[in-house]
Amino acid sequence: MIEVDELSKQFVVRRGRFRRERHVVEAVRGISFRVERGELLGYLGPNGAGKSTTIKMLTGILVPSSGRVSVAGLDPSRRRIELARRIGAMFGQRVQLWWDLPLLDSFELLRHIYKVPPDRYRASLARFREVLELDPFLHTPVRQLSLGQRIRGELTAAMLHGPELLFLDEPTIGLDVVAKQRVRDFLVEINRDEGVTVLLTTHDLGDIERLCNRLLVIDQGSLIWDGTIADLKERYGGERTLVVDLEEPAPPLELPGARVERVDGPRQWLRFRGSASELTSTVAASARLVDLQIMEPDIEEIVRRIYGGARRER
Amino acid sequence: MVEPVLVWRRLVGAQIRSQFQYRLSFTIDLIGNFLISFIDFLAVLVIFHNVTQLGTWRVREVAFLYAFSSISFALTDLLIGHLDQFPQKIRDGTFDILLVRPRSTLFQVIGSDFQLRRLGKATQGAIVLAYVVGALDIPWDAGRVAMLIVMVPSAIVIFGSVWVVGSCLAFWTTDGGEFTNAFTYGGNFMSQYPVDILSTWLRRFLAYVVPLAFVCYFPALYILGKPDPLGLPRAVDFLSPLVAVGAAAVASVAWRFAVRHYRSAGG
Amino acid sequence: MRLDWEIAKRGWRRYAAYPWATAAGVFTNTIFGFIQAYILLAVYRHRSDVGGYDTADTLTYVWLAQALIMTVYMFGWQELALRIRDGSIATDLARPLDPQRYWLAYDLGRAPYHFIFRGLIPFAIGAVVFRLHYPSAGDAFAFVLSVTLAVVVSLGFRFLYNSSAFWFIDVRGVMMVSLTVSLFLSGMVMPLAFFPHWLGVVARALPFASIMQTPIDIWLGKHHGASLAGVIALQLLWALVFLALGRLTLRAGRGKLVIQGG
Repeated sequence: MIEVDELSKQFVVRRGRFRRERHVVEAVRGISFRVERGELLGYLGPNGAGKSTTIKMLTGILVPSSGRVSVAGLDPSRRRIELARRIGAMFGQRVQLWWDLPLLDSFELLRHIYKVPPDRYRASLARFREVLELDPFLHTPVRQLSLGQRIRGELTAAMLHGPELLFLDEPTIGLDVVAKQRVRDFLVEINRDEGVTVLLTTHDLGDIERLCNRLLVIDQGSLIWDGTIADLKERYGGERTLVVDLEEPAPPLELPGARVERVDGPRQWLRFRGSASELTSTVAASARLVDLQIMEPDIEEIVRRIYGGARRER
Repeated sequence: MVEPVLVWRRLVGAQIRSQFQYRLSFTIDLIGNFLISFIDFLAVLVIFHNVTQLGTWRVREVAFLYAFSSISFALTDLLIGHLDQFPQKIRDGTFDILLVRPRSTLFQVIGSDFQLRRLGKATQGAIVLAYVVGALDIPWDAGRVAMLIVMVPSAIVIFGSVWVVGSCLAFWTTDGGEFTNAFTYGGNFMSQYPVDILSTWLRRFLAYVVPLAFVCYFPALYILGKPDPLGLPRAVDFLSPLVAVGAAAVASVAWRFAVRHYRSAGG
Repeated sequence: MRLDWEIAKRGWRRYAAYPWATAAGVFTNTIFGFIQAYILLAVYRHRSDVGGYDTADTLTYVWLAQALIMTVYMFGWQELALRIRDGSIATDLARPLDPQRYWLAYDLGRAPYHFIFRGLIPFAIGAVVFRLHYPSAGDAFAFVLSVTLAVVVSLGFRFLYNSSAFWFIDVRGVMMVSLTVSLFLSGMVMPLAFFPHWLGVVARALPFASIMQTPIDIWLGKHHGASLAGVIALQLLWALVFLALGRLTLRAGRGKLVIQGG
């Protein structure tokens, strides 16, 4: 679906007010990856890392400085309009709907812009109306919608023409918990039921955890991680915590490869690296276990570590 | 070819419906637009309070010119006046979304809004025109009627092209939006008066570079049966539609060039 | 006093931060100046004097007007109205700083920026191309004083119609009508010297002439002695009237906010 090969982008930035000095910024430095049809992956990176620049090159907004890009078999910068029919994009922070018009009017206009056949449009719209519960505000002008309502409208707008590939930039930003869940469920559904490939750019790690099985991490223009979340946790996860409930309170267990972080009556928190099963058997052999729990590291912690680690490696 | 028109018609319909909803606000806007543009006509009257002729033009003739300029500009403003907000669209990144849609960006930008309240100015121009045409005693014939019909659309295309070319600047500097005003609103101002009273360099500029002289001046010379005070051949008066086509071509090329720059220099 | 200076600096900086916008504005003013100059020059092909203005006077008027348009900032100012509409005015009123004093200081910081950076260049260009009238030292001094007062009158007027936002949700209507009337009668569109006599008299009695026409006439040396003192006093009077009315509306507006629980 997407093939990226040594993709690079440099910008010339001018600082100062009137007469500006030239300054070349390497926003994206030779990144390469592939995305297969039907994947739902996350694209992560600190601000200014090159995320939006990459997305812009994938969607045809920006022309790359060098490297090869192929999206749905097309070169985005050369065949922008052709590609546009097959992809959908939604930028959470920017409004793509017509501000003064009722939501439905925006949909109708987009239908004409994308030349969607009437019956397919009706079916599509009906589905989104149901899943995203659009009916209560379908006739309200966009400027009067709440953020959650607008996001749902924008998602619909991005998908009305039935794209094969969806680019979502911060789709859940600013939403409350309930709204976030609704959007996430929706994305899982369309990915699973319709095989829509989704590339999700986000800072929301909840989105990542719940939606993505694969993650791309970019920092300072380079791709520093491309793999599954499980692998990510293992590689960068560092220490995990095994919480054991013993039959009766005991002094801190002394076990190889683990240190006791905390003791509270019969419960002890053990920090360890590596395999949980090994440690579990060791604990079971040394004491009488009633119950245990493995606590995964926070993905936030992991991401922070990646950013930090990548920087250190440089 | 028909297609973009359909999309645009939808937009117009939607905007009309939406703007009509707030009837009071809309009426106020309409009246306000009418009043503000009426000042321009008062200026013409003030001038003619002091002289009976401006160059070789008498007050009714200038009023005729003024009326057409007003109507043409108002209709252009109606259709693409929202281009004034274009620098803002670049600034807040909303332009990028247009690049993800399967349509030409110029078409999308022009077709993105529709300012119904500008009809206030158009109405004002129409009133002046109605009043003046009766008083002018124009020897109407087929040629003149044809010119009348062709004049306003050509004027709109020329004004519109100038507006588009000016807006291209927003791709390079978002603060410089006002440069365009010199040509759009300045163009409106200057086309209300006979071009022959301007100095040579300005006249030539307005005929050959930014062809605003073709908006009303030359067609009006023909309709009023006035010889060009500067001696240009009568044929020039018929050039407006051609100039319009040329201007549109220039605007289209300029826009494409500007977008290409935007897409390689960074969104 | 120190506070006023700080506020004034902020007013200056707000516009100094966008040099390209200023440049674009200079360009626009220059173009408009040329167009208007030629149009009015055409009038002088048929007469040598209009309402006491000769050619040099009228041309000077054109370029001074272009220089003063942004300096006095007659139109397009809605900042106060916007603050009233979105409620931030409540915070402003809760502070120990009087809003009118704030906006006045702000504007007095902004005006010099616009006069120097948007006004001087078009004027200089006009001066190179056309033969203009230059004031005597005394007139120049009076001009500066008059422009300052003009800015205050303009601010007072703008403050007043902006505060109608306390009562009207959409200030646009009020603004449109105010602008139409004020722009025309201020001498910004056509010099008042061109107006029919009766209209000229009416216009000069109204506050709007104090915003544009008065400083220009002083530069042109049209006022001396008692007449000079008279127009300056009139500017001062209108400034005080507008400011006083502004304070009243502010108080009334504050009362309305309290009732609404804002």
